[in-house]
Amino acid sequence: MFRKSSTKANTSSIPPVINAPRIPCDLNLSSDRHMTSVDTAIAVSGLTHRYGTRTALAGLELSICRGEIFAILGPNGGGKTTFFRLLSTLIPLQAGSISILGVDAGRESRRAQALIGVVFQAPSLDKKLTVSENLRHQGPLYGLSGARLQSAHDRLLDRLGLTDRAADLVETLSGGLRRRVELAKGLLHQPPVLILDEPSTGLDPGARSDLWKYLHEIREQDGVTVVLTTHLLEEAEKADRIAILDEGQLVALDTPDALRATVGGETITIETDHPDTIVSQIQARHGLTASVIDGAVRLEVPSAHTWIARIVESLPVGHIRALTLRKPTLEDVFIAKTGHRFWTDTEGRRHD
Amino acid sequence: MTDRPPSAALLVVQPWRVVATLAGRELTRFFRQRNRVIGALGQPLLFWLLFSAGLGPSFRMPGAADSSLSFGQYFFPGTVVLIVLFTSIFATISIIEDRREGFLQSVLVAPIPRWAMVLGKLLGGTCIAVIQAVLFLALGWFAGLRCDGLELLAIVGLLFVLSLALTGLGFVIAWRLDSTQGFHAIMSVFLMPMWLLSGAFFPASEGVLYWVTRFNPLSYGVAGLRQLLYSTEVGAAHALPSLAVCWSVTVLFAVVTFVASWRVSAQRISGDLL
Repeated sequence: MFRKSSTKANTSSIPPVINAPRIPCDLNLSSDRHMTSVDTAIAVSGLTHRYGTRTALAGLELSICRGEIFAILGPNGGGKTTFFRLLSTLIPLQAGSISILGVDAGRESRRAQALIGVVFQAPSLDKKLTVSENLRHQGPLYGLSGARLQSAHDRLLDRLGLTDRAADLVETLSGGLRRRVELAKGLLHQPPVLILDEPSTGLDPGARSDLWKYLHEIREQDGVTVVLTTHLLEEAEKADRIAILDEGQLVALDTPDALRATVGGETITIETDHPDTIVSQIQARHGLTASVIDGAVRLEVPSAHTWIARIVESLPVGHIRALTLRKPTLEDVFIAKTGHRFWTDTEGRRHD
Repeated sequence: MTDRPPSAALLVVQPWRVVATLAGRELTRFFRQRNRVIGALGQPLLFWLLFSAGLGPSFRMPGAADSSLSFGQYFFPGTVVLIVLFTSIFATISIIEDRREGFLQSVLVAPIPRWAMVLGKLLGGTCIAVIQAVLFLALGWFAGLRCDGLELLAIVGLLFVLSLALTGLGFVIAWRLDSTQGFHAIMSVFLMPMWLLSGAFFPASEGVLYWVTRFNPLSYGVAGLRQLLYSTEVGAAHALPSLAVCWSVTVLFAVVTFVASWRVSAQRISGDLL
C-alpha cells in the first residue's frame, strides 16, 4: 500500500509537515496537461462530470499551489460541490484527472485519500460519541494508532482549544465547536492538503473568524494547502487565490486584488425605469458602453467619479431613480465574467 | 517532493485496526442508547413468557411422544434467534443513520479497503447481538437449562456465525435505503416471516410450510441451536437436519451475506451525497 520501509524512522512522533517557504508555482493554466510542478499541490485537468444529462463540470482545468489558501467560489449549482466530491473521492471520476501532490486520484485513490484531510459541509461527527472518541475512531482509518494517535489527538485538541471539551458528547456542543472538532478530525493524520466544503455554513461571525484564524495558522505553521468551496463573496476575499465557477466552467482564477483589477475602475450603477434609453444615450453622448443587469444600468469606467456629473447632466430629467458609485467587488468580477448576477437563479438550475 | 514526503504518506493503514475501531464504535453507541438494549431484549422476553404461558397448555408436538419438549422449551431457542435477529438487524440499519448524520462520508473518503468498513460494521452488530443472546441464555439457567463449557462454546459460536449472517443481511437491505421507515416495512413483510417460518415458533413438518422452512437458511440456525441446547435426540424426534448440516448452512449463509454486503457497498448511490 504505502512505502512500509519509510515508516520505521518515525514511529514515536509525527514529523512536521512541509514547512517550506511559499514559492509561487506556475499560476498559468498551462496547456501542457501533464506538467506538474514540484510546487503544485493539486492539478486538475479536463475534469468533466455529469449527473444524467445535466453537466455539473465541463472540462475544468486548474492548478493549486502548495501552501496556498484556494477558494472555489460560485453560486449554488455552479459545480463547486461536485468539484469537492471529486477531489475528496466521494464520487468517482468520469472524465479528466485530478493529481494530488503528484498522485493520480483516479488510479491510486487510496494513496491520494491518505494525502488529504476532508471537512464536509454536512457534519461527519458521531454525535453519540465524545470529542475524544470521535478522534480516536478516526485515527485507525488513516493508519494512526497507539502513541502516535495519542499525540496527534492531544496536539489537535490543544491547538483547537478543545482540550477541556474532550469528554463531552458531540451532541452537546455548539455549531462552532462542532466545526472545530470536524477540523481536528480532518487534520488528525497531518494531511498536506486540507479540503473543506462550505466551511462557514451555519457559523456565527465569531466562529467564522476563528475558523479562518485556524486555517491561516495551519497554512503558516505546517504549510498545509487549504482548498475550500464557498458561495460567500466576502469569504472568498480571504483566500490567496479564487477560482470562480459558473455553470460548471471556470470563469476566472486569480488573487482577489487581481480579479478586482480586471473589472477596471469603479462601477456606476443607475437605477431607472428606462434602462435602454439611458444605455443608448450614454453610448451616443459619451462613447461609453453600459450594460443592463437586473433592470439597472451598470457602467465600468476608469475614474468613474469624474463621469458622474457629465452623465447625469446628459440624461433626460427624471430618468434616474438612484445613482451609486462603487469600488469593484468580487460580485462585479462575477458579473463581468458571466453577464449575470451572482444570486440569480437561472431556470433549470438546482443544488448540486 | 522526494526530499520531503508528506507525513500522511508515511502512515500505513492496518485493516484489522479499522475493523476493530468501527466495531468498537458500534458497541459504544449501542450501550450508550439504553432504549435499544431494552428493546432488543425486552420484546423477545415478553414474547417468550406470554406465548409460553398462553400456548403452552394446547401445544403438542406433531408425531412426538408426550415426553417431548414443552412449548416454553420448544420456543426458547426460537426466542434466542429472535433476539439475535432483532439486534443484528437494528445494529446494521444504523448504517442508514450513519449516512444521514454524515458519519459514513468520512469513512468513505478514508484510505481504507471497503471490506474492512463492511466487516467493522457487521462485527460490531454481531458482538452486540451475541452479548444480548447470551444474557437471555443465562435466563435459561433458571428454567433448568444446563450445559458444560464446551457446549456453551458451541452455542456461542453458532450464535456468532448466525448473527454475522443476519447483520450481513441487514446491511445488504439497509445500504440502499435512505430512511429507517422503509426498513420497518421490510422487517415486517420479510424478516418477521423469515423468522416465523424457521421452525422457531412452530414446527412445520409437512406441506408447503415444510419446504419453505427447508429453504429458509435461518431454519438451520434455529435447528442447530435447538440441538445444542437440548440434545441430538430432540433433533431426531423433530426431524431436524443434522448438526453438521446446520453448521454448514449457517456458515455459508454468513459468507454469502458478507460477500453481498461487500459488493453492494462498492456501488455508489446518490444517498452517499448528503
